[in-house]
Amino acid sequence: MQQRFGRLYEAETLLSGISLFRLEVEIFVGYEDIRHGENQGRCDCMKEIRVEQEEKKRTKKRWTRDDTELSLLALPTTIWFLLFCYLPMFGIIIAFKDFRITGGFWQSFIESRWCGFENFVFLFTSDAIKVVTRNTILYNIVFIILGIVVPVTLALMIGQLHNKRAGKVYQTAMFLPYFLSWVVVSAVVWGFLSIDKGLVNQIIQSHGGEGVSWYDTPGFWPPFLIFMNMWKGLGYGMVVYLATITSIDSTYYEAAIIDGATKWQQMKYITLPLLKTVIVMMFIMSVGRIFYSDFGLFYQVPRGASSLYNVTYTIDVFVFQQLKTASTGMASAAAFVQSVLGCATILVTNAIVKKFDRENALI
Amino acid sequence: MTTKVTYQSGLEKFNRIKPGTNVLFNFIFLILAIMCVVPVLFVLMISLTSEKALENGYQFIPKEFSFEAYKFLAQQGHLIFPALGISVFVTVVGTVIGVILTTTLGYVLSRREYKLNKLLTWMVFIPMVFNGGMVSSYYINTNLLHLKDSVWALILPIAVSSFNVIICRTYFRTTIPDSVIESAKIDGASELRIYFRIVLPLSLPVLATIGLFLCFGYWNDWFQSMLYIDNQRMYSLQALLNMTMQNVEYLSKNRAFMGVEAAQLVANLPKEGSRMAIAILIILPIACAYPFFQKYFISGLTVGSVKE
Repeated sequence: MQQRFGRLYEAETLLSGISLFRLEVEIFVGYEDIRHGENQGRCDCMKEIRVEQEEKKRTKKRWTRDDTELSLLALPTTIWFLLFCYLPMFGIIIAFKDFRITGGFWQSFIESRWCGFENFVFLFTSDAIKVVTRNTILYNIVFIILGIVVPVTLALMIGQLHNKRAGKVYQTAMFLPYFLSWVVVSAVVWGFLSIDKGLVNQIIQSHGGEGVSWYDTPGFWPPFLIFMNMWKGLGYGMVVYLATITSIDSTYYEAAIIDGATKWQQMKYITLPLLKTVIVMMFIMSVGRIFYSDFGLFYQVPRGASSLYNVTYTIDVFVFQQLKTASTGMASAAAFVQSVLGCATILVTNAIVKKFDRENALI
Repeated sequence: MTTKVTYQSGLEKFNRIKPGTNVLFNFIFLILAIMCVVPVLFVLMISLTSEKALENGYQFIPKEFSFEAYKFLAQQGHLIFPALGISVFVTVVGTVIGVILTTTLGYVLSRREYKLNKLLTWMVFIPMVFNGGMVSSYYINTNLLHLKDSVWALILPIAVSSFNVIICRTYFRTTIPDSVIESAKIDGASELRIYFRIVLPLSLPVLATIGLFLCFGYWNDWFQSMLYIDNQRMYSLQALLNMTMQNVEYLSKNRAFMGVEAAQLVANLPKEGSRMAIAILIILPIACAYPFFQKYFISGLTVGSVKE
């Protein structure tokens, strides 16, 4: 026994230092006690466990070599996060400054005058912010509803096709737009909608109609932008839900079929309830981004046409335009409002979901 | 076993939707699939139409086939090749840097016993909820980090995303057994060695997934160029297409206010067909590659949706 213990001791000290040796000694003593008095046995066992737990706590607190090495491994990415995520987070206070470039960033930052809420007053008294906020929120509401209903329906449908290979082909084809950038999509749309050469106008003209100047027709754009958004995101959305559907245990369905459940019932009582987690998650994430918009969709597809300002400008497009025309004040104030409101909405949505359905909350 | 299989397929047959419904569903998906693919084919056709035929408008089936547009691009080599070079460089270097940065942190976060685990998890999580926004990032990147007109402006700001880090963390946690790491430790391997020699070779699927996300992201990126690149020599293919697709009239009207270089560029602006040819140049590699890599994308999406 003594010898065995000795060897153990050696091995353990080699592994993680003297603390484990002490633990071993205590455990060893514990075992000896058990041998001596059976009544005390249980008590000693408890003591042993307690000692072990304390020991764990102590090692948990202590910084080991492993931790140093892991920190080293995490260091580059940590620096990246500090530079590209956290610096800009603190940088949003330039919304409270009359920010002017007078040299390096810190120098400009210090030399710029604090102007309190001036930028915000300026922002909220302009008509622009009302229009762009309205556009952003209305488009997003439509996107959220359609972005859940349509892909879920299609994912349910594509799983039912008799020919599975055809299903794969459809899925691959529908995934293609997701991999195109908005610049390319803009070129594609131009091919259809160009005033003099576009395919649509040619078709209209060949049927005796008059060509429409699409890029100057505000009424056309809301439905069209919604369509383009669906077109680009459909394949992705479908795949997300389809992946969850295919991971559902097939025995559920088998049992249901034997009990005589119809297709409709299977969907209603098995598939949809099991899809709920993913749907709620996608919902929270998209609601949390209700003040953000897909810049490419709203800037590239209508080609930033100012005649479409009322229907295509969203907060992001507005901020970008302001930034590029060198009016930092409004841009930084708008970006500040966007960041803060965005953060608030995601937390509130999550809290609401949590209240009704703890399991499905994101955080 | 065989009986079970036949039984199951029998059940499946019994559970099938009606033939009529099947035809209807197939029809719907066929329409959707065509709607997704045909516009791209249309652009291809425009790029293959002769400039003369294009004057009458874009046609689905070209009246006159020609490689004129591509020849024109080749002639404009000083415009196209640097852009292609920038695109390829950004995609390759960006993907490598991004994968390294993402997986190292993902791995560290997957180690439960690491002391700073909680802190770093919060560090990754907070940017998903709150961010500095376009304006402040712009000033930090241009004035503090001096990335304006540098190729690194196209690479660094989008190298890491919290979402990718979390995909990695979840993957490492679920697929790499603790015992493997422990045994390596007992054999005296350092953490760095464990990561490079054991964890990475075991994690090729997640590396492929993250690599693909990044690769497509970099290849398709035009926004970084639009914000940070003013120098035309640093334009990527996307930026070049973006510029030529921007209102050409506006550019030529304002020629007087532009630098000599830009004015020259406008003079050489690719014609109708050539613009579409640039688009095809961008689409082609993606369209050829994605059907084969789809499954890695899908696996990434599903890993990301696992909540702990």
